Amino acid sequence: MALNVSEIQTVEHDVLVVGAGGAGLRAAIEASVQGLSTGMVCKSLLGKAHTVMAEGGIAAALGNVDSRDNWKIHFRDTMRGGKFLNDWRMAELHAKEAPERVRELEEWGAVFDRTKEGLISQRNFGGHRYPRLAHVGDRTGLEMIRTLQDYGVHRGISVYMECTGLELLTDAGRIAGMLGYWRESGRFVVFRAKAVVLATGGAGKAWRITSNSWEYSGDGYAMAYEAGAELMDMEFTQFHPTGMVWPPSIRGALVTESVRGDGGILLNNLGKRFMFGYIPEKFAPETAASEEEANRWLKGDKSARRPPELLTRDEVARAITAEVKAGRGSPHGGVLLDVASRLPADVIKRKLPSMYHQFKELAEVDITKEPMEVGPTLHYFMGGIRVDADTQQSTTVPGLFAAGECGGGMHGANRLGGNSLSDLLVFGRLGGLGAANYAKSLRSAPRVNDEQVAASMRRATAILNRESGKNPYLIHEDLQTVMDKHVGIVRVQADLEQALVELGRLNTDAAQVKAHGTSQYNAGWHEALDLRALLITAEAVTRAALMRQESRGAHTRNDYPGEREEWGKHNVIIRKAKHGGMEAVKVERPAPPPELAKIAQAKIEDLEAGRV
Amino acid sequence: MSERRFRVWRGDAKGGQFVEYQVEVEPGMVVLDVIHRIQATQANDLAVRWNCKAGKCGSCSTEINGKPRLACMTRMNLFGPDETITVQPVKTFPVIKDLVTDVSWNFEQKKRIPYFQPKPRDADGQYRMMQKDVDRVQEFRKCIECFLCQDVCHVLRDQHAKAKFVGPRFMIHLAALEMHPLDVADRVPAIRKEFGSGLCNITRCCTEVCPESIGITDNGIIPLKERVVDRYFDPIAILGRKLFGGRK
Repeated sequence: MALNVSEIQTVEHDVLVVGAGGAGLRAAIEASVQGLSTGMVCKSLLGKAHTVMAEGGIAAALGNVDSRDNWKIHFRDTMRGGKFLNDWRMAELHAKEAPERVRELEEWGAVFDRTKEGLISQRNFGGHRYPRLAHVGDRTGLEMIRTLQDYGVHRGISVYMECTGLELLTDAGRIAGMLGYWRESGRFVVFRAKAVVLATGGAGKAWRITSNSWEYSGDGYAMAYEAGAELMDMEFTQFHPTGMVWPPSIRGALVTESVRGDGGILLNNLGKRFMFGYIPEKFAPETAASEEEANRWLKGDKSARRPPELLTRDEVARAITAEVKAGRGSPHGGVLLDVASRLPADVIKRKLPSMYHQFKELAEVDITKEPMEVGPTLHYFMGGIRVDADTQQSTTVPGLFAAGECGGGMHGANRLGGNSLSDLLVFGRLGGLGAANYAKSLRSAPRVNDEQVAASMRRATAILNRESGKNPYLIHEDLQTVMDKHVGIVRVQADLEQALVELGRLNTDAAQVKAHGTSQYNAGWHEALDLRALLITAEAVTRAALMRQESRGAHTRNDYPGEREEWGKHNVIIRKAKHGGMEAVKVERPAPPPELAKIAQAKIEDLEAGRV
Repeated sequence: MSERRFRVWRGDAKGGQFVEYQVEVEPGMVVLDVIHRIQATQANDLAVRWNCKAGKCGSCSTEINGKPRLACMTRMNLFGPDETITVQPVKTFPVIKDLVTDVSWNFEQKKRIPYFQPKPRDADGQYRMMQKDVDRVQEFRKCIECFLCQDVCHVLRDQHAKAKFVGPRFMIHLAALEMHPLDVADRVPAIRKEFGSGLCNITRCCTEVCPESIGITDNGIIPLKERVVDRYFDPIAILGRKLFGGRK
């Protein structure tokens, strides 16, 4: 294998986008629209990224189903869902621009489900005041990724498939490109670029029970961190309340929130609809008080309030965990999600076709006849690379941009369902635009440092070259056990401290990892190379979780119950310390713009009537 | 837990052979789980493509006991307790390594197909389409691009006519574009010539293997063939077009 830097394949673009889910595709399209040479690197084949699995829909205040909806109410719902820790400006941009991004998808060929009037239909979802999610059955992500992919390919974006990023290359602190390797051949490739947009998603694979696939190893977080970027809000990892719990091999696979949005209810093993016992005080005025009222709401009675199954994900996930812990769980350690007794079989098959298929094929459960067994699954990172809201540029590394799950700030302490797909589109576009403007503004192209490239390649090939060493799969399993056990849905100081000790041990193991065979499509080597990013991300989550001594949104500390006012004014930032190790820093949040604060705190009736 | 015998094709473009593995299998497992277990415990460098593990991304297409299938949706209890399970790469595309094949040809076909061209929005800035008018297009758009239909297509697999026919996946992509209520492009001449609609002889093998149960042949390919016939071989339609002008 060539290790001489001058012999390494070099590719040059103005803007390089890393990741080809919704955010990466939308960013690449935007950079290309701005007239720049744009390359897009994806770890898998094009069109297979995790966006393809998104089920429920794209949140946007189109007002097609309920005309009372508008961006201010979407903004308010988002802030409340995020426990007011969201970046105010990002939440504003998101709520304002999402409708245009959805309409644009339609113009590029997406075929959403329709209302009776022939407009884009919208469905109910947790935490959203009105039916707001533009959708296609329960396969909205597929529709979105395919539309963006086909549109992008025809725009002439260069796509580099099955290529993994190893390290961001910098020139005196600013971005100069990225070193990657082709999964197929194992050969290295230097991407020279003026700007890099990271859109690599999250890092669910650090946990065992997760809805994420193998790709989600935190590559973007780790590369950005190593290059000097700040990560923020990493303690906020979303456990989606409804993952499959049986069979064991599929444990964690997502069961869409649309099941509840369309009328599904949660039951414990006594047959009790338990969510009525878990309504937090601040959501009580907007949540149904009885089953009778919840049923009226479902039938479209506008005077009725929403069922408690549609509380935000953090609330529902904690409630399920509490029921199971109290011994009221289902046979395989979850609770029951029942849609069979709520909707006719043909409606279930039409509205939730892939859920029907998934349970039938993988669990031999017919969801039109029996309830599903579900439990929380690690689903999403609210936190990510700290960026400027308008440009998505890293706060510390010029030329580095981040969008989608890889970026932080938009969702605060908890993300609402459906706000992810809209996040990908809104901030994908802004990130692509930000990167393009930055690239245009550079007077000279940054230079790639050969020594940095050589050092990175040596570290990667050492895994193949050493005589013997640790099995990468076992280290990964070990990490997953540590994170499931110590950094799960409910956290305490002693566990988190124990996790840091275990992570230290795993870092030592990973330094001695060995992959057998050649560099050609070598799954073991790929696994070994992913470990570094997984471990950096796991440590970032653990350190941030240890620092935040309160319970807020998706971050629950048993030793610090409830929200603390002090912590509502701070974010936790993770960065590389001067001595080289990782440090967590408590940083004060800027005061909210008065206009936005007014909207977020306004009464719903005033927002509907346009008085605010 | 039971011990099962697997035969997995190992090799690359230069050649290869089946290698036997004895694996512990637990209830509820799918073939992809077993492949992963082999990878983690017996053959670290075994190459297999996969992503979602829930039948939504279409990455893990392989041939299992001779049938093209998604490994993630093939449950182990489909097979008899003593049955040996043979897993090999799809045959229609060149092998890269082990179970991974080079499917880049498919991505090239996508680029050749003229993209969606929408008509202008209504005066109020909206597009209007009725659900019944988009049902068929939505059926085609369920495609997860696993390329199993391409794998079993006789024209591609046995006649090696990739230069003449784009295959079932792209016929339904064309159908989705042609039947899209907002689309104004005309792809019928290209469907006949460049994309080779005449080569499909309607054996429906593609429809049979589709994990999304898309009516590829009956709902997609046959209607496209009919559009070609109407355009090029129907004397009344030809006369009509001459008199009244062309219409999509």
